[in-house]
Amino acid sequence: MIVRILGEGQRTIDEGALNGLNDLDNALVAAVDADDEAQFNEALTALLDRVRQLGSALPDDEIVPSDLVLPSSDASLAEVRELLGDEGLIPG
Amino acid sequence: MGRRLALIFKAKANKVLDKHEDPRETLDYSYEKQLELLTKVRRGVADVATSRKRIEIQMQQLQGSADKLQAQAQQAVGAGRDDLAREALTRRAAVNQQLADLQTQHAQLQAEEEKLTNASQRLQAKVDAFRTRKETIKATYTAAEAQTKIGEAMSGISEEMGDVGMAMQRAEDKTQQMQARASAVDELIASGALDDASTPLGGRDDIQRELDSIGAGNDVELELAKLKGELPAGQQTQALPGGNQTQEATPQPAAEENKK
Repeated sequence: MIVRILGEGQRTIDEGALNGLNDLDNALVAAVDADDEAQFNEALTALLDRVRQLGSALPDDEIVPSDLVLPSSDASLAEVRELLGDEGLIPG
Repeated sequence: MGRRLALIFKAKANKVLDKHEDPRETLDYSYEKQLELLTKVRRGVADVATSRKRIEIQMQQLQGSADKLQAQAQQAVGAGRDDLAREALTRRAAVNQQLADLQTQHAQLQAEEEKLTNASQRLQAKVDAFRTRKETIKATYTAAEAQTKIGEAMSGISEEMGDVGMAMQRAEDKTQQMQARASAVDELIASGALDDASTPLGGRDDIQRELDSIGAGNDVELELAKLKGELPAGQQTQALPGGNQTQEATPQPAAEENKK
């Protein structure tokens, strides 16, 4: 599975490993719903850190569309709210 | 949401795809667009760097002002002028505030520059890879097969271009904010409100003028004392009961010097 973090490029992640991210994703959705900036920053950082940890960077010269696109680490709560669907950032 | 964002990129790619009847033309067209974007991103990196350097020069100027005001405060305290020292320290605090703001923004700008540089390198690698793939597809072209291959290449590259485009927009916004800020600081410096230390020689600020006048005042007193010392003995005792005989030893050079 290919995941892009905006501004950072793409990573390949095991589909199985992705499920472990759902807790972090839920925390992010909760923070956005609660309009809690501090909690939001924490949740987004945690989610992106995990993705960076689990995924390996795709070589720069590989051209494939992503299955998932995540916001950049400095995205604001408002920006993410605009992009967030009912499913959270990570479907399932 | 990930899906939705990815969909936006795909929709854009499809729009480009629909433009040409022969998919091979689409590849060429896209490649042209990629080269254009690459040029823009490189220019963007240069713009951010220019902005950053401007801020660095301003930070140096402000640091110079802060140092100068500190020295003036010390000089004023030495001369027993607490009022002047207070004024210098107040201004120094204002300068330091400006400096701290600039430092924060400088760090942000530096982060944007780094991101954009990375994005530019990534895009360069992708554009090179796209050119190779484009030529391969064109060489082995069969319409049905090409459609899917082209579709994937186009989605992939469009997504990258979308991401780089956003990074560039961000960097541009930051740079513009920075430039507005830099102009404001320049104006502030020009107005003398921050007492710029880089003021050309001769253009001295008011605190310095006061400090100089204290020095000048001391010179006047010294000169006065010397003049009194030069008076004939009879009048001298009248004017200065204690007398100052030592001053008489070198009356000429001292007077010369004080005339300057």
